[in-house]
Amino acid sequence: MKQFFTFVRKEFYHVFRDRKTLLLLFGLPITQIILFGFALTNEIKNAKIVVADYAKDVASQQIINKIEASKYFDIDRSLMSHEQLEAAFREGKIKMAVVFPENFNEDLVHLNKAQIQVIADAADINTATTLTGYVTNIINDYQTQMKNSQAMPMRIVPEVRMYYNPQLRGEHTFIPGMMAMIMMLVCVMMTAISIVREKELGTMEVLLVSPFKPFMVILSKFVPYLIISMVNITSILLLSWFFLDLPVKGNILLFYLESLLFIITSLSLGLLISIKSESQQTAMFVSLMATMLPTMLLSGFMFPIENMPIPLQVISNAVPSKWFYVIVRSVMIKGAGFSAIWKETLILFGMTVFLLVVSLRNFKIRLA
Amino acid sequence: MKDTVIKAEKLSKRFGDFIAANELSFEVYPGEIFGFLGANGAGKTTAMRMLCGLSIPSSGQATVAGFDVYRQTDEIKRNIGYMSQKFSLYEDLTVLENIRFYAGIYGLSNKEIREKSDELVTRLGLESESEKLVSALPLGWRQKLSFSVAIIHQPKIVFLDEPTGGVDPVTRRQFWDLIYAASDQGITVFVTTHYMDEAEYCNRISIMVDGRIDALDTPANLKQQFAARSMDEVFYQLARKAKRQAD
Repeated sequence: MKQFFTFVRKEFYHVFRDRKTLLLLFGLPITQIILFGFALTNEIKNAKIVVADYAKDVASQQIINKIEASKYFDIDRSLMSHEQLEAAFREGKIKMAVVFPENFNEDLVHLNKAQIQVIADAADINTATTLTGYVTNIINDYQTQMKNSQAMPMRIVPEVRMYYNPQLRGEHTFIPGMMAMIMMLVCVMMTAISIVREKELGTMEVLLVSPFKPFMVILSKFVPYLIISMVNITSILLLSWFFLDLPVKGNILLFYLESLLFIITSLSLGLLISIKSESQQTAMFVSLMATMLPTMLLSGFMFPIENMPIPLQVISNAVPSKWFYVIVRSVMIKGAGFSAIWKETLILFGMTVFLLVVSLRNFKIRLA
Repeated sequence: MKDTVIKAEKLSKRFGDFIAANELSFEVYPGEIFGFLGANGAGKTTAMRMLCGLSIPSSGQATVAGFDVYRQTDEIKRNIGYMSQKFSLYEDLTVLENIRFYAGIYGLSNKEIREKSDELVTRLGLESESEKLVSALPLGWRQKLSFSVAIIHQPKIVFLDEPTGGVDPVTRRQFWDLIYAASDQGITVFVTTHYMDEAEYCNRISIMVDGRIDALDTPANLKQQFAARSMDEVFYQLARKAKRQAD
């Protein structure tokens, strides 16, 4: 046991001696959240929007006046075609467009139902949601007024279209996604690099010749990164609670246990990569490919999995962060209990066992 | 019959069709400096790895410090020291931290670790460098430190895998003074090398060609046997027969 602590202490020396990496390890989650927090809390004022009024009738005029009266918008009244609108969006000149079709008032009076098209640039999700929210409110407001003054109930249907990101995923997806990514990055890459470095330096050979068990070498490598990840999780949780007003809704103990499981999955993946790589560069490259890309693309954090082609959907099942992402979203955002996530937990557990068994078997082969 | 610390009988290692070590038989006696010579790819490292318990032999028998290389690798590991050609120190740790770490994983007590590391630092004349990172030390010092660390737990045998690669002859000579000192303390030294001047420093040497041991005797006897003036000549006579390409 004393040997084990000697080894763990040595691992901490490595971590703390490398200031740049250390800064990255602890600074990354904090900066990410703070930056994101500011992006979120910024109130939108004077957003450039285009109002294309093809109707030019009483109702459209009244609604436009209302929009104009609000401080949120900076209106450009011009009859742009859809092509022109798209060009303006692409160049970033406008944030939103409101289009009144011809016969707007007529439809409203005769059919008791009319449509307004609201198009937003959802590449910037937060702005897009906020702006369309404002406009929808203004339209609803107008409807209520009309209802009171007229006998027949009328309905104006704002047809909202989000350009570039129809799913509108925002901060509630950001925090769980980022947790998965940071933990993967720290655990997989750091473990892989630190084991491969010992191979490169030749110290691994010396360790294997010593009475210290290979399994203990691996275990000692795991400890520092496990602790660092736990610290990172805690700082992300605290920041998102106090800064973004996004506390953990579910059981906090359950949350930590699930995180621990995911950390171990990541550490095992790092171990496997380290066994297969011969140089630190390879280890780093493979780790990045195996963690960053799948976590960003296939975990559902940035792009909805349901919209992907079937083969990609199938592949996404092999990405551990996909399952952790679902778990965090359920426990943290929705406040779900274990009964809702047992399946995901089981899958992660299975993956961990698989990775560990494959790694340990290969580690032994290297000794033969 | 003489005591032996290493005894190998027809020890072989095959990787598929490739026979890296072919029926090696030899004995090493206590306190001896035993040189293991051969060109690159002759099988020196494979042989050494089998004796250290890093690699399982394909066939044959061997005991190291009286323990069987198949079944008693844990006991072997406790009784040997090992220094690889890469010197194997942690560059981002200080001299003292390196010493303490290696002493620690061999299970020395805190008191022993303190005493040993003080003694070692003094003996190597590293007092003023003991708190410095190893990366700041010149190659020759690292090598000496690495060797001293490899025998910090007083093993019966120390295995040195091409320990003097990349250093100048003067530093190499100084390094051999450390090896002699260890040998005087009764530690058996098993050293692989391809420097022929080093071969002359050994008590006995074996020369490997294509996975086999082609010659084994004292340097003086070998020179006589091959009618050669230096170990260089002995080695070339043997190495010329090699069919295997060096890697």
